[in-house]
Amino acid sequence: MTTDGQTPDPEKEKRKIKSVKKMKEIMTNYYIEAKTAEQTGKKVAWITSGGPVEPLIVMDIIPVYPENHGAMIGASKMGVGLCEKSEQMGYSRDLCSYARADIACAPVNGGPIGGLPRPDMLVCCNNICGTVLKWYEVQARYFNVPLFILDTPFCHTEFSDEARKYVRKQVDEYIQFLEMVCRKKCDFDRMAEVGKLSVRGQRLWQEVLDTAAHKPAPLSAFDAFFHLALIVTLRGTQTVIDYYTGLLEEMKERIASGISAVPNEKYRLLWDNLPVWYKTKWLSEKFAAHDACLVADTYTSAWCGSLKYIDENDFLGTMAEGYSRIYLNIGVDEMAETVIEMVDKYDADGVVMHSNRSCKPYSFGQYDIQRIVQEKRKIPTLIIEADMVDERSFSESQIETRIDAFMEVLKAR
Amino acid sequence: MITLGIDVGSITAKAALVKDGKLLSTAVIVTGYNSKNAGDAVFEKILSGSGVNRSEIEGIVATGYGRNSISFAGKSITEITCHAAGAHFLNPAVRSVIDIGGQDSKAIVMDEAGKVKDFAMNDKCAAGTGRFLEVMARALEVDINDFGSMSLKADNPAKISSLCTVFAESEVISLIAKGEKRKNIIAGIHESIGSRVAAMAGRLGLTSPVMMTGGVAKNIGVVKALEGKTGKSIEVSEMAQLTGAIGAALIAMTL
Repeated sequence: MTTDGQTPDPEKEKRKIKSVKKMKEIMTNYYIEAKTAEQTGKKVAWITSGGPVEPLIVMDIIPVYPENHGAMIGASKMGVGLCEKSEQMGYSRDLCSYARADIACAPVNGGPIGGLPRPDMLVCCNNICGTVLKWYEVQARYFNVPLFILDTPFCHTEFSDEARKYVRKQVDEYIQFLEMVCRKKCDFDRMAEVGKLSVRGQRLWQEVLDTAAHKPAPLSAFDAFFHLALIVTLRGTQTVIDYYTGLLEEMKERIASGISAVPNEKYRLLWDNLPVWYKTKWLSEKFAAHDACLVADTYTSAWCGSLKYIDENDFLGTMAEGYSRIYLNIGVDEMAETVIEMVDKYDADGVVMHSNRSCKPYSFGQYDIQRIVQEKRKIPTLIIEADMVDERSFSESQIETRIDAFMEVLKAR
Repeated sequence: MITLGIDVGSITAKAALVKDGKLLSTAVIVTGYNSKNAGDAVFEKILSGSGVNRSEIEGIVATGYGRNSISFAGKSITEITCHAAGAHFLNPAVRSVIDIGGQDSKAIVMDEAGKVKDFAMNDKCAAGTGRFLEVMARALEVDINDFGSMSLKADNPAKISSLCTVFAESEVISLIAKGEKRKNIIAGIHESIGSRVAAMAGRLGLTSPVMMTGGVAKNIGVVKALEGKTGKSIEVSEMAQLTGAIGAALIAMTL
């Protein structure tokens, strides 16, 4: 351990993922480009995290993600101030903290990067939740810019032909909307190319996550929470492919030289729901102190989970299904199946579920999923109640007791 | 072999000394604002009360919310594991425990060896905890120790519907203003705690025999309400409040 705060602990240094530096550079450049778009004459679109970004890339529009920004606000512990501000503006505390933070940020350019660049348009896809509809309407009124809504029907048990046609038609309308706002035609050859890059990026991300199936895992879910930003924000670009190729290489090297995310990995856990952004360090150290590694999570894998529905040679034709059948837009039984598949794939000893006060669609079915997983895999599961950004919903001593007790149960097995 | 268990909760601090698997002595004090001091004080109290010398103690386990601030303990173990071990000691047949403590309520299902199989705990809210009862006792100007016996005399329990301690308190105050009898309000409060805790325990699935532990188990009104809501008979030991400390002392023997 470091005692003087100067000498880095070689053991800790060894465990650090080297690619992080490159990732920070990419994200910094991305935000600089987005924030200077007005000077460079580029258009900016705000888009929901699960929205189809590829057409924006084709049209040379810079995609900006209020949700990624929300995560940054949470991680920099600025969530409470912004949430309180939104409550002063009249928004309910029961509303999603990403939405509250974003709505409060806009008029004051608050948050860790002084606010997001002004949007020229908004693109809202409701495959992740229903809150985004009202949230984006609020922002469309505030900035007085056009809003495109892509409606993906909820896939209770299947994706019907009617649903496919319905979403496919909207993909065309989406492209027409972009053509109208940008006053230029869409290059469909480029669309095919970007579609291929998107699929390749998603595959690589899945491969990176899959390295955690190795025992001990070379990366943890906490690492994945960080490295996720690229597949969310820059999906469909070569940058993503280059970066994840390097990251995958590093993970393979870590496996080869026996470097694990957690020093003495004895217990392998699966995490469900969004991270608790302001407590990732605390949680990661808490679990590591119990020799437990969160080897996988349902959240970061959501950006490659519907790959099986997408044909890279017909991206435009198949993206309707790919974007509709994501983890948050399917029935609880299928969600539970996904969790069980992950438990098997990563050989998890237990599941930790974050019941996230903000994210209703993610948290709604958790008790059922918990029961199904316990019945089918007989492994312990823990539910902790918190919020992804609003620290007022986090009670450290209560959560500590739950985690400690859960680990005592696991260790006694 | 003499071992010590220290259970520093949010309202009271408990200590238990165990010698060769038998309970030797116990002590309870009010925690106050400093859990570290409470740990020291309850340790001193049990030593002077039992006549055991500090050097005779071969193992110490701390539990409860203040468990990590007890520097003289060899290890800290959560209340969940300790209550299960303590309940198993008090009655080895017990398979489920409901513990209502100062800031938490929990349901625990255990195996025949007293090992925790699964547990559920209340959400962040204080409703359904000992603190909730304390707030209500203050509002009603009734000694909390009289709650149980008073509620048994209720002829028509009042309905407390709020899920939040603060709102429930204002509901109680408006019931007082309406002239509702204290015994009926208290019975209503117990029913409301019973519903909350029974819902949590139901999710887990209680296996009989069920034992209630923790300080609130001293309140017969809550026990009766819980029996009504869970449909299970619930046993209470005279040592209910000390269950966690006893469990901690027993675990200290195995370390």
